[in-house]
Amino acid sequence: MTGRIGVVTFPGSLDDRDAIRAVELMGGEGVPLWHAEPDLKKVDGVILPGGFSYGDYLRCGAIARFATVMDAIRGFAERGGPVLGICNGFQILCESGLLPGALIRNRSLRFVCKEVFLRVETTATPVTADVLPGEVLRMPIKHGEGQYVASEGDLDRLEGDGRVVFRYCGPDGEVDDVHNPNGALRGIAGVRNEDGNVVGLMPHPEHAVDPDVGPTGGQALFASLLSQAMAGVP
Amino acid sequence: MRYAVEVLVTLKPGLADPQGKAVEGALPALGWTNVRDVRVGKHVRFEIETDSEDAARDQVGSMASRLLSNPVIEDSRILEVRPA
Repeated sequence: MTGRIGVVTFPGSLDDRDAIRAVELMGGEGVPLWHAEPDLKKVDGVILPGGFSYGDYLRCGAIARFATVMDAIRGFAERGGPVLGICNGFQILCESGLLPGALIRNRSLRFVCKEVFLRVETTATPVTADVLPGEVLRMPIKHGEGQYVASEGDLDRLEGDGRVVFRYCGPDGEVDDVHNPNGALRGIAGVRNEDGNVVGLMPHPEHAVDPDVGPTGGQALFASLLSQAMAGVP
Repeated sequence: MRYAVEVLVTLKPGLADPQGKAVEGALPALGWTNVRDVRVGKHVRFEIETDSEDAARDQVGSMASRLLSNPVIEDSRILEVRPA
């Protein structure tokens, strides 16, 4: 049996096809899901891909959160189903309240497109369960609004509960301002919900699975997602 | 009744406002060197059909917190509700 991972297409999604391709390169079955349909097609996990859903109007992810498919995804997440939001997908999960915090304009005010290093901070998520804690993964970022913010109190709680999943870092895992590409508070690149089954990150693991075209830091995350999705079908 | 509504959405105090910083950084080049603490927000205008002004204010309050602003990072304020 192969893990079936649904990938949602919103109006303005860009990376849906890359996400499906990444799932399939890693041995799973990618299932296209449509924003206007409530049917999740019995998938074992869901990916909200990157892009500019609804033109990023009002705020990134603000309008996509009300799409028909999001009700089904909320129910799927509440039953413990793995949900991964990448870039715009992360913004949508924050806007929908499934993840804490928010993403605002990069500190530099510029769109940033480059490869970064990420340090894995917790293995208590479906995408990092099979990764070593502290492991450094290389993958690209490409966003204008990726600066993660939350109140100091919320940040302390997130840290205390082990809900920071990824931090921007240097090649040896050093977390410092130099390696923070967007001004994210405490270098946070990705977080998880309380139960750990909903994860969002700004960097793009789906663009980092094929050694012919770049780094392969995304492989471990997809491999982990596939094995976890198969282990605990909600 | 039809009401004309204006809502102001601003980034919460204390949160970094890169847009405000950029505007602030550009002002001295034009000779205005005495400006500080620039913050950039959003001004939303629309018309709404309800039975009363109270009903309009109630609905606009919900709209402001659920869609027009993100309460995690923004404050919203109804600037005006007047008969259209």
